[in-house]
Amino acid sequence: MGLFSSRKTRVVDSDVLIIGGGFGGCGVAYESRYWGRDMKIVVVEKANIERSGAVAHGLSAINCYMGMQWGENQPDDFVRYARGDLLGLVREDLLYDIARHVDSSVHQFEEWGLPIMKDPKTGHYQREGRWQIMIHGESYKPIVAEAARKSATEVINRVMVTHLLMDRTRPNRVAGAVGFNVRDGTFYVFRAKSVVVTAGGASHIFRPRSIGEGAGRTWYSPWSTASAYTLLIQAGAKMIQMENRIVLTRFKDGYGPVGAWFLLLKTYATNAYGEKYEASRFDEIKALVGKYAEIKPMPTCLRNHAMIQEMKAGKGPIYMHTQESLDSKEKEEIGWEDFLDMTIDQAVVWASQNIDPKEKPSELIASEPYVMGSHATCSGAWASGPEDFAPSDYQWGYNRMTTVEGLFGAGDTIGGSAHKFSSGSFTEGRIAGKSAVKYVLDHANDPPQIDEAQIDTYRELIFRPLENFEVGRNEIVAGTVAPGYIYPIHGLQRLEKIMDEYAGGVSTFYLTNEPMLNRGLELLGMLKEDLAHIGADSMHQLQRAWELNHRVWTAEAVMRHTLFRQETRWPGYYYRGDHPKLNDDDWHVFTCSQYIPKTDEWQMTKLPVHHILP
Amino acid sequence: MPTFVYMTKCDGCGKCVDICPSDIMHIDPVYRRALNIEPNFCWECYSCVKECPQNAIDVRGYADFAPLGHSVRVLREPEKGTVSWKIRYRDGRLKEFTFPIRTTPWGSIRGPSQYDAPDTKGLSSPLLAHEPEALKIEKLPTLPAEGKKQV
Repeated sequence: MGLFSSRKTRVVDSDVLIIGGGFGGCGVAYESRYWGRDMKIVVVEKANIERSGAVAHGLSAINCYMGMQWGENQPDDFVRYARGDLLGLVREDLLYDIARHVDSSVHQFEEWGLPIMKDPKTGHYQREGRWQIMIHGESYKPIVAEAARKSATEVINRVMVTHLLMDRTRPNRVAGAVGFNVRDGTFYVFRAKSVVVTAGGASHIFRPRSIGEGAGRTWYSPWSTASAYTLLIQAGAKMIQMENRIVLTRFKDGYGPVGAWFLLLKTYATNAYGEKYEASRFDEIKALVGKYAEIKPMPTCLRNHAMIQEMKAGKGPIYMHTQESLDSKEKEEIGWEDFLDMTIDQAVVWASQNIDPKEKPSELIASEPYVMGSHATCSGAWASGPEDFAPSDYQWGYNRMTTVEGLFGAGDTIGGSAHKFSSGSFTEGRIAGKSAVKYVLDHANDPPQIDEAQIDTYRELIFRPLENFEVGRNEIVAGTVAPGYIYPIHGLQRLEKIMDEYAGGVSTFYLTNEPMLNRGLELLGMLKEDLAHIGADSMHQLQRAWELNHRVWTAEAVMRHTLFRQETRWPGYYYRGDHPKLNDDDWHVFTCSQYIPKTDEWQMTKLPVHHILP
Repeated sequence: MPTFVYMTKCDGCGKCVDICPSDIMHIDPVYRRALNIEPNFCWECYSCVKECPQNAIDVRGYADFAPLGHSVRVLREPEKGTVSWKIRYRDGRLKEFTFPIRTTPWGSIRGPSQYDAPDTKGLSSPLLAHEPEALKIEKLPTLPAEGKKQV
């Protein structure tokens, strides 16, 4: 037994255990309570559900709304859009399923009190673009959190889940989870009949452009620490499209959103010499991706590509000409609220650099890469699709169940279903929540069996960084340099450097190849070994230690998938220098990995992409 | 350092500690007041700034790229349903905005248990809670099951 592993333990039983209280998790809580009135539904959240997840500070738009009541869009249209944006590779069944339900979620948000802007002429929701509607969304998360709190039996804040528990005799059946309170160090054991992972994707696995204080200002929240993936990977779930990292074109440094500017305010971008560059690079893009270059609107990655090429050609900075579009007080308010609702720091950048968007243009940049399943990208778990129309090999019993029995997911956790954003993640949570209730009822006579030995192993493992520090610090006078341990931040910086330099980060202009990835994996392997020597001097640092662990495992999946896919499918997200073109003959497939816990091996396979819509 | 706390305003109530999504607002053991222990993990989300009853927390933009002399102050008034911003530029220019945040009273959301319990047979249907009514269209769209056969 470890020095710090004898401690207060709390055991929590539940029918539905929800890991992560962001939009996905709130959706699970609401829907599972609706169908499972007597069930014990527990949300475990590592921060405070009132302001947790990627929507903590709010949003200025809902980016996924069909408007079926006004005949604006149908689910088919949305599937085609998302498919085009991801250059053909999406789970059309999952996307259709989200699209057909998402309007009912948004209508609920409005009923709950979310202010949605209206078009004064039609009375319909104010469109920002074809799929987006404008909201006054400063309190978007607190409103949705209120609904989740009213749904769950208990919301347990400030507990970080580190591992899933598996059934004692059935290695592919989930049985619960373990974690710890990040404030008082209580060890938590969750025994659950079903588990829904709705944790966050990954910021900070690639080195960010700002490495001082500004490292906090990653585009994606710094508290999104890849738990959405690593919990599942370590449980042996099949994962897909982990190479499909996303790079964002945003206002430089503050990473303020550009959607409202491009779509609603019709602002345009040019290179430093005033040239509109996207159209002039069409032929070059066509040579890389063939027919996909014709897709309208131009896919997100290809727009990035055009900008990145301009910068490489020495034609930066790239400018967004905000001064051309802010010609009224109303438009100025829209422009500012866009930031103040969701990226306050962009207002800080403008105020500090004396940039008034009414008067002068603002720089754009392509961000460092992130790993997510809910934006214009679709990394995540291979999941069962909707019962009524999913192709047979996309369906194994329960909608949104992963390849692990009883283990469900939503939001960033589920792969192949891009463009969910906040409303779609909540909606996918609802779908998963309902399925989990059905699963629990169907398996009422077959509850999971808890393996006490697993729990003892994790109890020792989870608190080991405290011991590493307590023992190791005796060797040195003071300071942060010790021979026996490194701090979580040291490990994180090494991870970011490896990923940046070998896996297609900003320092290589998103370029990688097979030898670079192999070298990166070699270095990452050593970092993984060093995870056993992380030192934590507090509970806060213990949280950082486990966040690092989750990021490192997800990074490994990203590299293995990137190595496996021998093509450049999404120029502008990343480039394989040794396979610079899109190759539909061999790679119109999902890449799939499965980590085999028993043998500590990864298996890579291809899974079919079925086009169920013409 | 992204957020910081004014010594003379903070009374150590800990509301910022409770709300911070990044777990970086802590109470200093000596001064018994709040501080940001990890500025490079601060997203400038302003959750703590909005929550502080003493208005003791402010933000100084990231030193990497934000020159000094600016301020972006916020007043969130949940009971009034508004959030107000005052933006002061490095050169002294000022901008002020107020936006709505909620249209209903706090705590007024009707939880799922407050609706009639659904028939358990509904568990086998693709309809979610309150559908199809909440979709505001006649019925839930679906696709032909041929998809299954094509495989």
